[in-house]
Amino acid sequence: MNDSATAQLNDSKTIFGFWVYLMTDCILFASLFATFAVLHNNTYGGASTHEIVKLPYVLAQTVILLTSSFTCGLGLLAARRGDKNRVIDWFGITFLLGLAFLVLEINEFSQLVYEGNSWRASGFLSSFFTLVGTHGLHITAGLLWMVAMIIRIGRLGLNGVNIRRLTCLALFWHFLDIVWIFIFSLVYLLGVV
Amino acid sequence: MDNQPQSGQPSTASYISGFILSLELTLAAYILAARHILSHQQLVATIVGLAIAQLLAQLVFFLHLGRESKPRWNLAVFAFMTIVLVILVFGSLWIMYNLNYHAGPHVTDTSIIKDEGISH
Repeated sequence: MNDSATAQLNDSKTIFGFWVYLMTDCILFASLFATFAVLHNNTYGGASTHEIVKLPYVLAQTVILLTSSFTCGLGLLAARRGDKNRVIDWFGITFLLGLAFLVLEINEFSQLVYEGNSWRASGFLSSFFTLVGTHGLHITAGLLWMVAMIIRIGRLGLNGVNIRRLTCLALFWHFLDIVWIFIFSLVYLLGVV
Repeated sequence: MDNQPQSGQPSTASYISGFILSLELTLAAYILAARHILSHQQLVATIVGLAIAQLLAQLVFFLHLGRESKPRWNLAVFAFMTIVLVILVFGSLWIMYNLNYHAGPHVTDTSIIKDEGISH
Protein backbone atom coordinates (compact mmCIF):
# COMPACT_ATOMS: atom_id res chain seq x y z
CA MET A 1 0.00 0.00 0.00
CA ASN A 2 1.32 3.47 -0.71
CA ASP A 3 1.68 6.14 1.96
CA SER A 4 -1.47 8.08 1.11
CA ALA A 5 -3.69 5.02 1.16
CA THR A 6 -2.14 3.87 4.44
CA ALA A 7 -2.69 7.30 5.93
CA GLN A 8 -6.30 7.31 4.83
CA LEU A 9 -6.88 3.82 6.20
CA ASN A 10 -5.35 4.80 9.53
CA ASP A 11 -7.45 7.94 9.58
CA SER A 12 -10.68 6.08 9.03
CA LYS A 13 -9.72 3.60 11.76
CA THR A 14 -9.06 6.43 14.20
CA ILE A 15 -12.26 8.21 13.32
CA PHE A 16 -14.26 5.01 13.64
CA GLY A 17 -12.60 4.33 17.00
CA PHE A 18 -13.61 7.78 18.13
CA TRP A 19 -17.16 7.12 16.98
CA VAL A 20 -17.23 3.94 19.11
CA TYR A 21 -16.06 5.99 22.09
CA LEU A 22 -18.95 8.41 21.46
CA MET A 23 -21.35 5.47 21.47
CA THR A 24 -20.09 4.48 24.93
CA ASP A 25 -20.53 8.08 26.02
CA CYS A 26 -24.18 7.79 24.94
CA ILE A 27 -24.54 4.86 27.32
CA LEU A 28 -23.05 6.96 30.10
CA PHE A 29 -25.55 9.73 29.50
CA ALA A 30 -28.37 7.20 29.21
CA SER A 31 -27.59 5.94 32.71
CA LEU A 32 -27.61 9.53 34.01
CA PHE A 33 -30.94 10.12 32.30
CA ALA A 34 -32.36 6.92 33.78
CA THR A 35 -31.20 8.03 37.23
CA PHE A 36 -32.82 11.41 36.72
CA ALA A 37 -36.04 9.73 35.59
CA VAL A 38 -36.15 7.70 38.79
CA LEU A 39 -35.26 10.57 41.10
CA HIS A 40 -36.96 13.57 39.50
CA ASN A 41 -39.84 13.53 41.95
CA ASN A 42 -37.64 13.08 45.03
CA THR A 43 -37.63 16.73 45.95
CA TYR A 44 -37.47 16.12 49.72
CA GLY A 45 -39.86 18.98 50.27
CA GLY A 46 -37.59 21.33 48.35
CA ALA A 47 -37.67 22.77 44.84
CA SER A 48 -39.04 20.76 41.95
CA THR A 49 -38.33 21.26 38.25
CA HIS A 50 -41.18 23.73 38.03
CA GLU A 51 -39.40 26.02 40.47
CA ILE A 52 -35.94 25.86 39.01
CA VAL A 53 -36.57 25.96 35.26
CA LYS A 54 -36.46 29.31 33.48
CA LEU A 55 -37.72 28.60 29.97
CA PRO A 56 -36.51 31.60 27.98
CA TYR A 57 -33.05 31.18 29.50
CA VAL A 58 -32.77 27.54 28.50
CA LEU A 59 -34.12 28.35 25.02
CA ALA A 60 -31.25 30.80 24.60
CA GLN A 61 -28.76 28.11 25.69
CA THR A 62 -30.30 25.64 23.25
CA VAL A 63 -30.22 27.97 20.25
CA ILE A 64 -26.65 29.01 21.06
CA LEU A 65 -25.43 25.41 21.25
CA LEU A 66 -27.34 24.40 18.12
CA THR A 67 -25.79 27.28 16.20
CA SER A 68 -22.34 26.28 17.45
CA SER A 69 -22.93 22.75 16.15
CA PHE A 70 -23.81 24.28 12.78
CA THR A 71 -20.74 26.52 12.65
CA CYS A 72 -18.60 23.56 13.69
CA GLY A 73 -19.90 21.67 10.65
CA LEU A 74 -19.07 24.61 8.41
CA GLY A 75 -15.58 24.65 9.93
CA LEU A 76 -15.06 21.03 9.03
CA LEU A 77 -16.22 21.68 5.46
CA ALA A 78 -13.65 24.45 5.24
CA ALA A 79 -11.00 22.01 6.44
CA ARG A 80 -11.97 19.57 3.67
CA ARG A 81 -11.52 22.41 1.18
CA GLY A 82 -8.12 23.21 2.64
CA ASP A 83 -9.19 26.74 3.61
CA LYS A 84 -7.13 27.32 6.75
CA ASN A 85 -8.39 30.84 7.48
CA ARG A 86 -12.07 29.87 7.24
CA VAL A 87 -11.39 26.90 9.51
CA ILE A 88 -10.04 29.22 12.18
CA ASP A 89 -12.93 31.64 11.64
CA TRP A 90 -15.64 29.01 11.98
CA PHE A 91 -14.07 27.16 14.88
CA GLY A 92 -13.43 30.50 16.54
CA ILE A 93 -17.13 31.31 16.31
CA THR A 94 -18.00 27.81 17.51
CA PHE A 95 -15.74 28.34 20.51
CA LEU A 96 -17.34 31.68 21.40
CA LEU A 97 -20.83 30.23 21.16
CA GLY A 98 -19.79 27.24 23.25
CA LEU A 99 -18.25 29.53 25.82
CA ALA A 100 -21.46 31.59 25.95
CA PHE A 101 -23.40 28.39 26.56
CA LEU A 102 -21.06 27.38 29.37
CA VAL A 103 -21.22 30.83 30.99
CA LEU A 104 -25.01 30.69 30.96
CA GLU A 105 -24.93 27.24 32.50
CA ILE A 106 -22.45 28.17 35.23
CA ASN A 107 -24.58 31.21 35.97
CA GLU A 108 -27.69 29.01 36.26
CA PHE A 109 -25.89 26.60 38.58
CA SER A 110 -24.48 29.36 40.79
CA GLN A 111 -27.92 30.89 41.10
CA LEU A 112 -29.40 27.56 42.15
CA VAL A 113 -26.71 26.94 44.75
CA TYR A 114 -27.07 30.47 46.07
CA GLU A 115 -30.81 29.94 46.50
CA GLY A 116 -30.12 26.80 48.51
CA ASN A 117 -31.03 24.41 45.68
CA SER A 118 -27.65 22.71 45.49
CA TRP A 119 -26.99 19.05 44.59
CA ARG A 120 -27.05 18.22 48.29
CA ALA A 121 -30.60 19.36 48.81
CA SER A 122 -32.48 16.39 47.34
CA GLY A 123 -32.26 13.32 45.14
CA PHE A 124 -33.86 15.30 42.35
CA LEU A 125 -31.23 18.03 42.53
CA SER A 126 -28.39 15.51 42.86
CA SER A 127 -29.46 13.79 39.67
CA PHE A 128 -30.13 17.11 37.91
CA PHE A 129 -26.69 18.52 38.67
CA THR A 130 -24.99 15.23 37.80
CA LEU A 131 -26.71 14.92 34.43
CA VAL A 132 -26.49 18.54 33.34
CA GLY A 133 -23.10 19.00 35.01
CA THR A 134 -21.59 16.01 33.21
CA HIS A 135 -22.75 17.50 29.93
CA GLY A 136 -21.18 20.80 30.98
CA LEU A 137 -17.89 19.09 31.76
CA HIS A 138 -17.91 17.53 28.30
CA ILE A 139 -18.53 20.97 26.82
CA THR A 140 -15.59 22.35 28.80
CA ALA A 141 -13.32 19.59 27.53
CA GLY A 142 -14.51 20.29 23.99
CA LEU A 143 -13.76 23.98 24.35
CA LEU A 144 -10.24 23.29 25.60
CA TRP A 145 -9.72 20.90 22.69
CA MET A 146 -11.03 23.55 20.31
CA VAL A 147 -8.56 26.15 21.55
CA ALA A 148 -5.73 23.65 21.14
CA MET A 149 -6.86 22.83 17.58
CA ILE A 150 -7.23 26.49 16.59
CA ILE A 151 -3.72 27.24 17.83
CA ARG A 152 -2.31 24.11 16.18
CA ILE A 153 -3.89 24.85 12.84
CA GLY A 154 -2.87 28.49 13.08
CA ARG A 155 0.75 27.45 13.54
CA LEU A 156 1.06 24.25 11.51
CA GLY A 157 -1.68 24.64 8.89
CA LEU A 158 -4.08 21.99 7.65
CA ASN A 159 -2.43 18.61 7.30
CA GLY A 160 -3.74 15.07 7.48
CA VAL A 161 -3.27 14.78 11.23
CA ASN A 162 -5.00 18.08 11.99
CA ILE A 163 -7.93 17.30 9.72
CA ARG A 164 -8.36 13.91 11.33
CA ARG A 165 -8.37 15.48 14.79
CA LEU A 166 -10.71 18.21 13.64
CA THR A 167 -13.07 15.51 12.36
CA CYS A 168 -13.05 13.84 15.77
CA LEU A 169 -13.63 17.19 17.49
CA ALA A 170 -16.57 17.90 15.19
CA LEU A 171 -18.08 14.50 15.92
CA PHE A 172 -17.66 15.21 19.64
CA TRP A 173 -19.26 18.64 19.36
CA HIS A 174 -22.25 17.41 17.32
CA PHE A 175 -22.73 14.59 19.83
CA LEU A 176 -22.86 17.10 22.71
CA ASP A 177 -25.57 19.08 20.96
CA ILE A 178 -27.56 15.89 20.48
CA VAL A 179 -27.30 15.05 24.18
CA TRP A 180 -28.43 18.61 24.95
CA ILE A 181 -31.57 18.11 22.80
CA PHE A 182 -32.62 15.47 25.29
CA ILE A 183 -31.64 17.48 28.35
CA PHE A 184 -33.60 20.43 26.98
CA SER A 185 -36.65 18.30 26.13
CA LEU A 186 -36.78 15.79 28.95
CA VAL A 187 -35.39 17.76 31.89
CA TYR A 188 -36.43 21.34 31.18
CA LEU A 189 -39.48 21.22 28.89
CA LEU A 190 -41.09 18.17 30.46
CA GLY A 191 -40.23 19.68 33.82
CA VAL A 192 -42.72 22.46 33.34
CA VAL A 193 -45.61 20.64 31.69
CA MET B 1 -5.51 16.45 -0.49
CA ASP B 2 -8.59 14.41 0.03
CA ASN B 3 -9.21 13.04 3.45
CA GLN B 4 -12.66 11.53 3.39
CA PRO B 5 -13.92 9.94 6.57
CA GLN B 6 -16.05 6.86 6.33
CA SER B 7 -19.14 9.02 6.32
CA GLY B 8 -19.17 10.11 2.68
CA GLN B 9 -19.56 13.50 1.01
CA PRO B 10 -21.08 16.15 3.26
CA SER B 11 -22.15 19.46 1.72
CA THR B 12 -23.00 22.93 3.01
CA ALA B 13 -26.62 22.29 2.07
CA SER B 14 -26.70 19.33 4.44
CA TYR B 15 -25.63 21.48 7.39
CA ILE B 16 -28.01 24.31 6.52
CA SER B 17 -30.96 21.89 6.21
CA GLY B 18 -30.04 20.26 9.49
CA PHE B 19 -29.69 23.58 11.23
CA ILE B 20 -33.01 24.98 10.05
CA LEU B 21 -34.86 21.74 10.75
CA SER B 22 -33.39 21.50 14.24
CA LEU B 23 -34.27 25.12 14.94
CA GLU B 24 -37.86 24.54 13.87
CA LEU B 25 -38.17 21.41 15.99
CA THR B 26 -36.67 23.19 18.98
CA LEU B 27 -39.01 26.16 18.69
CA ALA B 28 -42.03 23.91 18.16
CA ALA B 29 -41.29 21.96 21.34
CA TYR B 30 -40.56 25.16 23.24
CA ILE B 31 -43.79 26.90 22.22
CA LEU B 32 -45.89 23.87 23.01
CA ALA B 33 -44.35 23.59 26.46
CA ALA B 34 -44.31 27.30 27.26
CA ARG B 35 -47.92 27.86 26.28
CA HIS B 36 -49.19 24.54 27.65
CA ILE B 37 -50.87 23.69 24.38
CA LEU B 38 -52.45 20.20 24.25
CA SER B 39 -53.30 17.98 27.19
CA HIS B 40 -50.59 16.70 29.50
CA GLN B 41 -50.36 13.25 27.90
CA GLN B 42 -50.30 14.66 24.38
CA LEU B 43 -47.71 17.25 25.36
CA VAL B 44 -45.33 14.65 26.81
CA ALA B 45 -45.66 12.43 23.74
CA THR B 46 -45.23 15.36 21.35
CA ILE B 47 -42.16 16.79 23.09
CA VAL B 48 -40.52 13.35 23.18
CA GLY B 49 -41.44 12.88 19.52
CA LEU B 50 -39.97 16.25 18.56
CA ALA B 51 -36.77 15.41 20.45
CA ILE B 52 -36.41 12.13 18.57
CA ALA B 53 -37.13 13.88 15.28
CA GLN B 54 -34.38 16.39 16.02
CA LEU B 55 -32.04 13.56 17.00
CA LEU B 56 -32.62 11.95 13.61
CA ALA B 57 -32.23 15.27 11.79
CA GLN B 58 -28.87 15.91 13.45
CA LEU B 59 -27.71 12.32 12.99
CA VAL B 60 -28.36 12.54 9.27
CA PHE B 61 -27.48 16.15 8.46
CA PHE B 62 -24.64 16.80 10.93
CA LEU B 63 -23.22 13.35 11.55
CA HIS B 64 -24.05 11.89 8.14
CA LEU B 65 -25.12 8.61 9.70
CA GLY B 66 -26.31 6.12 7.12
CA ARG B 67 -24.73 8.07 4.28
CA GLU B 68 -21.44 6.22 4.46
CA SER B 69 -20.48 3.67 1.86
CA LYS B 70 -20.82 0.01 2.76
CA PRO B 71 -19.90 -1.65 5.05
CA ARG B 72 -21.79 0.75 7.31
CA TRP B 73 -19.91 0.17 10.51
CA ASN B 74 -20.85 3.52 12.06
CA LEU B 75 -24.49 2.70 11.62
CA ALA B 76 -24.03 -0.84 12.96
CA VAL B 77 -22.31 0.32 16.14
CA PHE B 78 -24.95 3.00 16.57
CA ALA B 79 -27.73 0.43 16.23
CA PHE B 80 -26.12 -1.81 18.83
CA MET B 81 -25.70 1.14 21.18
CA THR B 82 -29.40 1.95 20.95
CA ILE B 83 -30.27 -1.65 21.82
CA VAL B 84 -28.11 -1.46 24.95
CA LEU B 85 -29.50 1.97 25.75
CA VAL B 86 -33.12 0.86 25.52
CA ILE B 87 -32.44 -2.14 27.75
CA LEU B 88 -30.65 0.07 30.27
CA VAL B 89 -33.20 2.88 30.42
CA PHE B 90 -36.36 0.83 30.14
CA GLY B 91 -34.96 -1.83 32.47
CA SER B 92 -33.99 0.70 35.14
CA LEU B 93 -37.34 2.43 35.02
CA TRP B 94 -39.18 -0.87 35.14
CA ILE B 95 -37.22 -2.15 38.11
CA MET B 96 -37.36 1.08 40.07
CA TYR B 97 -41.06 1.59 39.55
CA ASN B 98 -41.75 -2.01 40.40
CA LEU B 99 -40.52 -1.45 43.92
CA ASN B 100 -42.84 0.39 46.24
CA TYR B 101 -40.08 2.94 46.01
CA HIS B 102 -42.12 6.09 45.94
CA ALA B 103 -44.68 5.02 48.50
CA GLY B 104 -42.88 6.73 51.38
CA PRO B 105 -40.28 5.47 53.87
CA HIS B 106 -42.49 3.36 56.12
CA VAL B 107 -44.33 1.59 53.32
CA THR B 108 -41.10 0.97 51.40
CA ASP B 109 -39.42 -0.58 54.43
CA THR B 110 -42.45 -2.70 55.28
CA SER B 111 -42.82 -4.04 51.77
CA ILE B 112 -39.09 -4.78 51.43
CA ILE B 113 -39.11 -6.59 54.79
CA LYS B 114 -42.10 -8.60 53.65
CA ASP B 115 -40.59 -9.34 50.21
CA GLU B 116 -37.29 -10.44 51.65
CA GLY B 117 -38.89 -12.53 54.39
CA ILE B 118 -36.97 -10.71 57.06
CA SER B 119 -38.16 -11.40 60.58
CA HIS B 120 -37.41 -8.92 63.36
